[in-house]
Amino acid sequence: MSYQVDEKGYYGDFGGAYIPEMLYPNVEELRTTYLDIINEPSFKEEFHQLLKDYVGRPSPLYYANRLSEKHNTKVYLKREDLNHTGAHKVNNTIGQILVAKKLGKNRIIAETGAGQHGVATATVCALMGIECIVYMGEIDIKRQAPNVARMKMLGAEVRPAKSGSKTLKDATNEAIRDWINNPVDTHYIIGSAIGPHPYPDMVTRFQSIISEEIKWQLKEKEGRENPDYVVACIGGGSNAAGTYYHFLDQPDVGIIAVEAAGKGVNSGESAATSQLGKEGIIHGCKTLLMQTTDGQITEPYSISAGLDYPGVGPLHSHLYKTARGEFFSVTDNDAMTAGLELSQLEGIIPAIESSHALAVFNDKKFKPEDVVVISLSGRGDKDLDTYIDYFKL
Amino acid sequence: MNRINQKLNEDKKLLSIYFTAGYPALNDTKKIIQDLENSGVDMIEIGLPFSDPLADGPTIQESSTAALKNGMTTNILFEQLADIRTTVNIPLIIMGYFNPMLQYGVEAFCAKCQEIGIDGLIIPDLPVAEYHEHYQATFEKYGLINVFLITPQTSDERIRFIDSVSNGFIYMVSSASVTGSTSGFGNTQETYFDRIATMNLKAPQVVGFGIRDTETFMQATKTGKGAIIGSAFIKHLTNEGVDTIDSFVKKIR
Repeated sequence: MSYQVDEKGYYGDFGGAYIPEMLYPNVEELRTTYLDIINEPSFKEEFHQLLKDYVGRPSPLYYANRLSEKHNTKVYLKREDLNHTGAHKVNNTIGQILVAKKLGKNRIIAETGAGQHGVATATVCALMGIECIVYMGEIDIKRQAPNVARMKMLGAEVRPAKSGSKTLKDATNEAIRDWINNPVDTHYIIGSAIGPHPYPDMVTRFQSIISEEIKWQLKEKEGRENPDYVVACIGGGSNAAGTYYHFLDQPDVGIIAVEAAGKGVNSGESAATSQLGKEGIIHGCKTLLMQTTDGQITEPYSISAGLDYPGVGPLHSHLYKTARGEFFSVTDNDAMTAGLELSQLEGIIPAIESSHALAVFNDKKFKPEDVVVISLSGRGDKDLDTYIDYFKL
Repeated sequence: MNRINQKLNEDKKLLSIYFTAGYPALNDTKKIIQDLENSGVDMIEIGLPFSDPLADGPTIQESSTAALKNGMTTNILFEQLADIRTTVNIPLIIMGYFNPMLQYGVEAFCAKCQEIGIDGLIIPDLPVAEYHEHYQATFEKYGLINVFLITPQTSDERIRFIDSVSNGFIYMVSSASVTGSTSGFGNTQETYFDRIATMNLKAPQVVGFGIRDTETFMQATKTGKGAIIGSAFIKHLTNEGVDTIDSFVKKIR
C-alpha cells in the first residue's frame, strides 16, 4: 500500500484535480514544476534557513511529565505552538512563498477560516515584500477580530467572502474565483492539505518538517526514531499530514487522527467528516466531505474555527478508507476540558484545535511503555476569549 | 442526429440562454424554457444549482443560493422536466457542477437525461482528461453531448485535444474571469477569437462569459457560431420577473 500521491494526483481513490478549465494553466504550471523547484538544493537551503532563523525551528519535542503521569503513558508534545505566528501554518507559507517567487508571481491570495493561515500568509508576504490579499468569510471576520487586525498590521488586505455560508469554504471559493480572474501574476497559497493536485502533496511536503524533526529528536531522547503513535487533530489536515508523513510507511507507528465532533457526531452540529462525510468533490479534490444526499456541501460546526471545514484532505480520506489511520471524534466539551488540563498540568495553553488531539485519552487507552507523540499544532492566545467564556474563568 | 448538432448545422448565429433552475421561484423552470423557445432562442442551458459554484460570479452564485433555498434538487428538476419534450423542440443542455451528478450516480444521471430528452451537459469542474478516461463511454451510450470550455489561456495543443474529444460545440470563455464579468470585449478578445478561428477546429465554437447585449453578442459571433448569455438574463429575471422574457431576447437580436 502506498501513501504517496501517484502520478495522476491520487491517494488511492482520492485526490485529482477537478477544476474549471480557467484554472488549468495555473494548476498545470504548478504540477509540472513544484517537485523540481522544491528539490533544488538552493531552494532547500533557503527554506531551511528561514525555518531556523525566522520561524525558530526546530520546534522542541517536549516530554510532558505530569500529563504522562496522569494518563499512565509516555507523552511527547511536538511544540508547533512555539513557531513564529503561533502555529504550524507558517511552515507551509514559507515554502509556498518561495515557490511563488521562483514562478515569478508578484501577487499572493489566500483563504482563511480562524485567521491563522491568513496571518501566516500575510507574514511571509511582508517578509518578501509581496502584495497579499486574504479572503475570509464575513462571519469569521466578526468572530476572529484579533487575527483580522494582525493581518492588517502586516499589510495584507482582508476581503470578506459574502457568498453562501460566509465561512471558510466560501472564502476558499472566493480565492479560487480571484485566481480565475488573475491567471498570470498571482499565486494562491492554500493553507491546508486540500485542493487540486499538487496542493495536497506540496502542503504535506512543507509540513513534513514536523515528522522529520520528530524522528531525530525522539532518537536523542528515547534511542529510537519511531514512536508507537503519532496523534494530530484534523480539519483539512495539514498539521496531521506533516506529523504523519515520515511514519506513513512505518507499520510499527500507529497513526491517530482526531476530528471535531462539535456538539456530538449525530447532533447536526459537527465537523466529524470521516463519520458524516461521503466521497465527493470539494474545491477541486475528490475526498470525503459533508454533504446532503443531493450533493450540496453542508456547513460543519466546531467550537474550533480551524477545524470546521466540511472535507478532509485526500491523504486522510485514504488513511481512513484503508484503515491505516485510526480516527476519533472529540466533542467541544472534551476538547475544551483537555485544553484546560494541559494548561494546568504543563503550563501550556493550547489552541482549541490542538486541544482536540489532547482529548484522545478519552477514547484510546495507551500502554505505560507506549511512546505517544501529539502534535501541539498551535498556541491558545487566539482562543483565550472562548476558553474564558466557556469555563466562566 | 442530436438536436445540438442539428442546430449547429443551421445557417445562422445561435443565441443560447442560461438560467438557474428553481430561480426566481421553484416552479418557474418550465415557463422560462417555454418562453425562451417562443421568443426565438436557439438553445437553452438549464443550470442545476450547486452550493459552491466556484467558476461563477455573484449573479449566478446568488441565484443558485436562492434556488437551493427554494428547495430545488436534482430529483425535482427531473420531475419538472419530465414532459418538457411534449412542447419544447430546441436543444436543452444541463449545466452544473460535478458533485451533484456524482451523488446521483453518473450513469443514472445520464440515463435520466436521455429519458427526458436532454441533449447535452456542461460540467465546468469535470476536466477533459477525467471525462475521456472515465465517463465518455457512458455519456455516449445515452446519446449525450458533453461540452468543454476553453479560455484565452488554453494552449493550442490542449485546444486540439479538447476538439478531438468534443462531439458538439466548444464553449469559448471570452476572458480570464468568472461568469458575469462586465469588462467588455477589447483587443485581447479579438486576438483570441482570431487565433481560434484560424485553428479550423472540427467543433464549432460558442462564446460565453460577458455577453449581455446586442453589441457584445455581435462581437462574440463575428467568428464564433453563437453566444451564450447567463448572468445578464438572470439579472433581468431578478429585476423584471418572468413575464417579460420575450422583450429581453428581442433586445439582443
